[in-house]
Amino acid sequence: MTTLTDPPKESFRISMLIHDTRYRSLTFQAIAAALLALAIWYLGNNLIQNLRAAGLNISYSFLGEPAGYDINQRLVDYDSQSTHAKAALVGLLNTLLVAFLACVTATIFGVIAGVLRLSNNWIVSKLMAIYVEIFRNIPVLIWIIIIFTIMTAVLPGPRAFRGDNATSSMVLDLFAFTNRGIYIPMPWFESGLFASPTMNWVLVLAVLAGSWFATRRVSAWATHKQEDTGVRPKTIWINLAIWFVPVALLLMIMGLTWEVPALKGFNFKGGIKIGGPLIALWFALSIYTGAFIAENVRAGIQAVSKGQTEAASALGLRSGRVMNLVVLPQALRVIIPPLISQYLNITKNSSLAIAVGYADITATLGGITLNQTGRAIECVLLLMLFYLTASLLISMAMNLYNASVKLKER
Amino acid sequence: MSDQNANPYAFVRTETLPELPPPARETGAVKWMRENLFSSIPNGILTVLALYFIYLVLSSTLPWITGGIWTTSSLAECREVLNGKSAACFSVLTERWNQLLYGFKYPAEAYWRPNLALLLLLIAIAPVLFFDLPRKLLIFTAIYPFLAFWLIWGGTILAPIVALLGVVAGGVVFQLYGKNSFAVGFFGGIIAAFVVWWLGGALIPEGASENAMLSAVPSRDLGGFMLNMMLGVTCVSLSVPLGIALALGRQSNMPLIKGICVIFIEFVRGVPLITLLFVASVMLSYFFPPDSTVDLFLRVVIMITMFSAAYIAEVIRGGLAALPKGQYEAADSLGLDYAQAMRLIILPQALKISIPGIVNVAVGLFKDTTLVSVISMFDLVGMIRGPILASTEWNGVYWELLGFAALLFFVVCYGISQYSQWLERRLATDHR
Repeated sequence: MTTLTDPPKESFRISMLIHDTRYRSLTFQAIAAALLALAIWYLGNNLIQNLRAAGLNISYSFLGEPAGYDINQRLVDYDSQSTHAKAALVGLLNTLLVAFLACVTATIFGVIAGVLRLSNNWIVSKLMAIYVEIFRNIPVLIWIIIIFTIMTAVLPGPRAFRGDNATSSMVLDLFAFTNRGIYIPMPWFESGLFASPTMNWVLVLAVLAGSWFATRRVSAWATHKQEDTGVRPKTIWINLAIWFVPVALLLMIMGLTWEVPALKGFNFKGGIKIGGPLIALWFALSIYTGAFIAENVRAGIQAVSKGQTEAASALGLRSGRVMNLVVLPQALRVIIPPLISQYLNITKNSSLAIAVGYADITATLGGITLNQTGRAIECVLLLMLFYLTASLLISMAMNLYNASVKLKER
Repeated sequence: MSDQNANPYAFVRTETLPELPPPARETGAVKWMRENLFSSIPNGILTVLALYFIYLVLSSTLPWITGGIWTTSSLAECREVLNGKSAACFSVLTERWNQLLYGFKYPAEAYWRPNLALLLLLIAIAPVLFFDLPRKLLIFTAIYPFLAFWLIWGGTILAPIVALLGVVAGGVVFQLYGKNSFAVGFFGGIIAAFVVWWLGGALIPEGASENAMLSAVPSRDLGGFMLNMMLGVTCVSLSVPLGIALALGRQSNMPLIKGICVIFIEFVRGVPLITLLFVASVMLSYFFPPDSTVDLFLRVVIMITMFSAAYIAEVIRGGLAALPKGQYEAADSLGLDYAQAMRLIILPQALKISIPGIVNVAVGLFKDTTLVSVISMFDLVGMIRGPILASTEWNGVYWELLGFAALLFFVVCYGISQYSQWLERRLATDHR
């Protein structure tokens, strides 16, 4: 007869630190912590010594000093007497501007190319495949330079528009494509309800938002009616009226007029000028990222199995409703996450602005300000902080969206 | 009943007719076109538009390319020869060929060295890419980095030999002790390698590079497409192991190690490569010992490697997450420890799943090596925008140069992605 005895009381031995799974992870973490501390101490020590040798210190006071350089493309008031912080703000807004514009157009390009690549028209689908392969396999920097070269070397100068035998003319007498940028008509209000033009535009946006809510209500009412009676009332005319009538009335009251660019002296005056660098960056980023988005869209649509479409048709849904109610919701679940990471890529790739001289935050804070003040560490850290914040915000939005469309499983 | 053939019908065919060919519209090219190009009216319009677009593109570029001039020595001369015609001046490519490929400072008599290094690269990389080749070739692959370093930078041969000896010493120590305990072998190997490097570094005589067999070339003289290739190959091969380590670290259940890896990966993925290159060019030197000079190439390699390692880590993490939990449990139940389980069970499967993603990162990284032109390194794009377009002879030859750069990158990147698709088919062990 055997009796169970307690296991022998082990005394702690030093080799247990590495062989015993209870202690091993602690050992490794202690080693890692020690190495990390050592590395930080070593790098920090080097930094302090180097800074002392160069007679520098870490200080952000340069942000308050006048920048002393001009920025052509800007969304807020700025002149060369403004501070470096203001210059960085101008750059930040320019980054956001080009990123936003490029996200919108890249999505449009990508969706069109992705859908057409699945077309049963052989030549169109092959053309789209060529578009995707060419643009994905050539660096975006080269595309930016190519489009910038088209902007500056191929388009005519303002001089070509002058005189009786002008070699170039404005498109529709509204748009001027010159090597200094593209001039488009600018809308403005003759009798705005507010003194500042910004507030007037905010008002227009507010009215549009109101229309959006109203159409939502109309749709909800139609759905309710359909559930009661089985017949869905036609809402398209009501919706169109809600969208257009209020905003048209408002624009008429405020006296919307267009200021058309015109050649005055050596250059075009009036209208909105979109500089060559902005166009180059915007277009190159959209068409390059559009190729990636096209592949995401194609994968998303192909991920919805054919049986889904057939089942929906068998239920008697028309093809538009099949797309809206069955295919798109499932395809979007696959498309949206990579789409948002493409938006992230656009935001990060917009830093290539520095190659064509578009004053984004990398070119102002990380370029001219850095070179003028010599504050390399501070500038690069601020720059990284901005991009990191932007990335984290976009990732957060992605996670929220993912959680909302996730398959509701048990 | 006399006439067998008598029947109530006026006519009955007694023999089979020969088979007619199908109608013209249901066969061959016509059928294909009806189905694929003109199946409906919108489709037909689309086809015509697409054909017109192709015609526009080809009619404007083809004469330009075929009429190109290859033998003049400046743009002015080329324009003279063209005499007002619109055609390409490809002579910029022939005249500046060496600058485009090697940069403008690499010694001309040493051009054979990078060429040989590229040729040997193809041999060294073959057993990695195509695993039907004899495994013995991997020995050459292991030697290749040191050989290539010696070929491209020149200088004393002792330096790469010492580096190689250090790696060999580390490998031997790992073989000896790694069987019992992975950790002991791993850290012992690293220490052994450092000891050999330190001893060897002390042994190399001062000024050994001066009369070396291959003249020494400083890093700042590297340039052109060679620089893109070197950065691409070095950073991809360094970042795969680092990426695996980061991915495993992120999966680890040790909070400290997991935290370090998560912060590193998310930080690097959150900032654009340009800012990291700024770090390399203006900031990193503050973190090295005051009297040391780490050259720009090495600093750029460090930053790009960190950048792509973070992306590769995320790809591999996806691969690890895609493995069924049963695989981990099966490895545990076999009594394998962590290192064995990873090496024998988990990583082979996870890496297989991640191959397309890794290749995507590699292609992206190779394209991103053009960004070094922003921090004034003269890679292919830097050469084109800097010395070549700024020269008086070739000021204004945009399309030939940019088209050439685009073509080079397209060929390499498209080749890599085709390889990845081949590999995916090859590695597909599941039955479909």
